[in-house]
Amino acid sequence: MVALMIGVLTFVALFVDMALDGVGRLSWDFFTNYPSRRPGQAGILSAWVGSTLVMLTTAFFAVPLGVAAGVYLEEYAAKNWITDVIEINITNLAGVPSIVYGLLALGLFVYQFGLGQSILAAGLTLALLILPVVIVATREAIRSIPQVIREGSYALGATQWQTVRYHILPYSSAGILTGIIIGMARAIGETAPIITIGALTFIAFLPPAPVQSEPPFISFEWLMSPFTVMPIQMFNWTSRPEAAFHANAAAAGLVLVIMTLAMNGLAIWLRYRLRRNLKW
Amino acid sequence: MSAPETHMSEVLAAKAEAKGLSFYYGDFRALKNINMTVHERKVTALIGPSGCGKSTFLRCFNRMHDLYPGNRYEGEIVLQPDNTNLLASAVDPIEVRMRIGMVFQKPNPFPKSVFENVAYGLRVRGEGSRRRIEDKVEQALNDAALWNEVKDRLHQPAYNLSGGQQQRLCIARALATDPELLLFDEPTSALDPIATASIEELMHDLKERVTILIVTHNMQQAARVSDFTAYMYLGDLIEFGITDELFIKPKMKQTEDYITGRFG
Repeated sequence: MVALMIGVLTFVALFVDMALDGVGRLSWDFFTNYPSRRPGQAGILSAWVGSTLVMLTTAFFAVPLGVAAGVYLEEYAAKNWITDVIEINITNLAGVPSIVYGLLALGLFVYQFGLGQSILAAGLTLALLILPVVIVATREAIRSIPQVIREGSYALGATQWQTVRYHILPYSSAGILTGIIIGMARAIGETAPIITIGALTFIAFLPPAPVQSEPPFISFEWLMSPFTVMPIQMFNWTSRPEAAFHANAAAAGLVLVIMTLAMNGLAIWLRYRLRRNLKW
Repeated sequence: MSAPETHMSEVLAAKAEAKGLSFYYGDFRALKNINMTVHERKVTALIGPSGCGKSTFLRCFNRMHDLYPGNRYEGEIVLQPDNTNLLASAVDPIEVRMRIGMVFQKPNPFPKSVFENVAYGLRVRGEGSRRRIEDKVEQALNDAALWNEVKDRLHQPAYNLSGGQQQRLCIARALATDPELLLFDEPTSALDPIATASIEELMHDLKERVTILIVTHNMQQAARVSDFTAYMYLGDLIEFGITDELFIKPKMKQTEDYITGRFG
């Protein structure tokens, strides 16, 4: 209890301190301006656009792969020692320091695959990072489905895939979604692996727009574009000598913390909403 | 075990026959060389103390044991009229379950609407016509004596129904696909006496169309609903016969001890 209070109070104190420092800088311009040498004009446009695009890429890779892996391990894999080894390894992967993922990504994605310091490389890195979270959440959601539901489905002549498609996935979607959002909330605040793969710290342009006016209208050039993300923008500003930049960093931090809290809140709300329909 | 001498005037046809059936959970032999006939359009009850293998036996009929590793069948269960050995490895358990329905101990409706619960069996068979599905659902709910109670809330969650209604919904769900044989695994053990009575009455009506095999804990229930009764103990089939005869003058001492309450 005491330990809990220390933790909560420390967080509240830090948050309030940061909010007081940064709240004065929050304005529309702060969100629509590029970073600048003049602290008063500097904004987080390139950072939040970069963060959003990286998150999209992360979700695109981590969600299908993580959910598929979770379903496979719970519903299809034989229960033998190989499955046990995989299970232990996935749990352990969730505890690996994120810088290690960054180093792996630098060697593999940036150099080996030649993706460069791009949004794609960053998205893949973070996808790797949150994959264990998504897999574990999927497995736990699936495990909470009573066996009589599966048996009921099979007894009607359903195949394994029909059972997964019509029962297992829909009924575990609340837990899976919660896991995805919590994983994304973790990924959005990650700095170390993104710095490792070489994100820029000062960037005054946006990636190419995904929608274009000429055929073929949709472009994936943005995937290969250099970028920055929110925590890196913060890191850059805090390492400047001028105090005015520190206020910018506090404001960016405030935005980031609020985004993270909002994502966690959304996860809790979704879990509550979707579980209300499921009573076993 | 020889077929029981029957005093019934009608001709009995076999729907399913267990021949030398043994079943293993890993190394444990849960069923020992069972020979028994399930008669067409009759209710056959399996009774016996806990752990005697009656549920295990029931679940052999729709190959439910295939869902778990380490289980093994020996012998045959032959389904008529086409003389198919349900346990043959060449027979797909999904084909078996398409012909044999099952109702479980605890009502287990899916967390979907009443309509979708009943329609599910048709959907997994690839039935695409909305009209046919609607007709079938209405017919199945009628057959399960549930239509009048749920016709105004077909699209509400099945969990809003009472326990007895949920169990009748599960029966409707099994009936929607016209099974030849319906397995009941202690279908009333989670229900109150009034809901139990309605399920028993339903079984009585259903046997005109479908063969029923029921596991029950409750000897009075077996006496009330069944035409034939099998008494099992520790994986052996001790006695099988016409229900009235088995309850009034059992041939085996063990059966008598159990039904008179001296044992079990």
